Amino acid sequence: MHYLTSVDVTRLELQANEIRQSIIEMLYEAKSGHTAGPLDMADIFTLLYFEVLQHDPKNPNWEDRDRVILSNGHICPVLYATLAHAGYFPTEELMTLRKFGSRLQGHPHREALPGIETSSGPLGSGLSQAVGMALAERIDNPYSSKYFYCLTGDGELDEGQIWEALLLAGKERLHNLIMIVDRNGIQIDGDTKDVMPLEPLREKFESFNFDVQEVDGHNIRAVNDAIGKAQAVYNQPSVIIAHTIASKGVDVFERDFRWHGNPPGKGPEDRVPRSEQAKVALEKLRTLAGHISRDNM
Amino acid sequence: MFALHLESKMQTGNPDQVPSRNGYGDGLVEAGKRDERVVALAADLTESTRTLPFAEAFPKRFIQVGISEQNMASVASGMAAMGKIPFIASYAMFSPGRNWEQIRTTVAYNNSNVKVIGAHAGISVGPDGATHQAIEDIALMRVIPNMIVIAPADVHEARKATLVAAKHEGPVYIRVGRSDTPVVTTAESPFILGVAQWFYRKNESLPTSVGIVVTGTLVYNALMAAVELEAAGIGASVLHMPTIKPLDTANLEAFAAQHGALVTVEEHQRVGGLGGAVAEHLSLVRPTRIARLGIDDQFGQSGEPNELLTHYGLDVKAIIAAGKSVAM
Repeated sequence: MHYLTSVDVTRLELQANEIRQSIIEMLYEAKSGHTAGPLDMADIFTLLYFEVLQHDPKNPNWEDRDRVILSNGHICPVLYATLAHAGYFPTEELMTLRKFGSRLQGHPHREALPGIETSSGPLGSGLSQAVGMALAERIDNPYSSKYFYCLTGDGELDEGQIWEALLLAGKERLHNLIMIVDRNGIQIDGDTKDVMPLEPLREKFESFNFDVQEVDGHNIRAVNDAIGKAQAVYNQPSVIIAHTIASKGVDVFERDFRWHGNPPGKGPEDRVPRSEQAKVALEKLRTLAGHISRDNM
Repeated sequence: MFALHLESKMQTGNPDQVPSRNGYGDGLVEAGKRDERVVALAADLTESTRTLPFAEAFPKRFIQVGISEQNMASVASGMAAMGKIPFIASYAMFSPGRNWEQIRTTVAYNNSNVKVIGAHAGISVGPDGATHQAIEDIALMRVIPNMIVIAPADVHEARKATLVAAKHEGPVYIRVGRSDTPVVTTAESPFILGVAQWFYRKNESLPTSVGIVVTGTLVYNALMAAVELEAAGIGASVLHMPTIKPLDTANLEAFAAQHGALVTVEEHQRVGGLGGAVAEHLSLVRPTRIARLGIDDQFGQSGEPNELLTHYGLDVKAIIAAGKSVAM
């Protein structure tokens, strides 16, 4: 487990901010795609790719790398932006998101882009794949230090396949599986509590024989500590319920389910007119929500 | 006349009867011995899919996922991503029936090295009834890019198809049957992925002819129909197409060229299966008169396999009648 100094935390927070800016730019350029999830998972993706993972951006197929399996493929703008900033491919390519001929497909395609462990989009199947990877690793190398991080949404937990995979992971006591749930409380049709209530969620996971932690998904040090604890669990799989704020980082978009599936320029108009949405979002991010003056940057 | 490599007892109308799924069981153990990357998964149907011998021989390479076919397909995809060669077996109605999207996205779109075994395929499942009779699976799998689709004729071909699938890099679907079905080939008969075989060649001296194109466990019925058609004065040949995708278009075109008309035979809906594939191909390169035998837009029902084959028009008599009606 890595100890983070305050310098580390600041470095990671600034990196996450860069990634959020890329997300806004690429979504605005693409004119379609999802905003809320990518923004709210930027801190966790940054922590993973810039601190936690054993990986090598210049050798994306390195056999001993940790695996990140993105189950809710629709938040791929944050994965793409993080991979680019981490050096997997040029950041300029981010502007090709969702365009004809791009390696950055609307939902991730494993065969298209380095660093993508699996194709995803249809919800609920990433966890099963992570379970399969963890099982295969245990057959070959029961004492390896490789971890399998599966990132899922919370609305995604409506899918029955998730619970099939949880059953199997619990049965097999897959200590090398670490599931991270983006508990942002929203899905396309509304708040998760209205569309399909999930609580008590911690107890559900516990009853499936998972080690459960709940954490503030924007507190980088707290998430890092939770991942470290999850890595140390030796006889069962782990889940970290990361409480996040949908669209985190752009206060005028935050906590609003209508930003789930719309890009800046096509989002709800009651707070920011569509023509201003991308500009306002970038301004918020570049000035750290007004804490620093644009003139000093 | 019969192809030389075919089983001899069968040629006199007295075949051994063995379920083709047994061939999967034999082939899987053999593949497991040859390559330690081979792993097997089952969803609470370990014995009836004939996965059990492998599970007993290689317990560490067997995963029991419980009754969760969707999970099973994606778990297999994850294992393949780590270098394994997973075989997943369930009844075809559940896999690929229930988990089609998981097979499409996590197996085929990923081009994962996963082998899907659909057991209890076809109407000959018998007494279990319509809910368990997969007669749509060829269509479901044939439309997925990267997917190979194989319907072995009998236990021997099922064994060979399993071995071939283990060697082929990429997704493969193999459908096998539940019931005793005639053994038409031998352990030594050739089997090549993507290659159709002439199992019966017509008597060239007869004035009219029909070519029967068949896949899966109805090969015996097709052969017996050909024998009787010839006895009735109509030249008849049988082309067995165990690989439905990719279709052996070269052999199919050559076969079509030598016959006035074709009859296709399969334990499947009339649309979307072998008959569909044959018609789709020939419609452009060699428009041909084709009678397609299959279940005609209906669900099945309980009954003994042979009762059902007769009821749905897939027995020897029905093939003969179709042959007579189109022969030219």
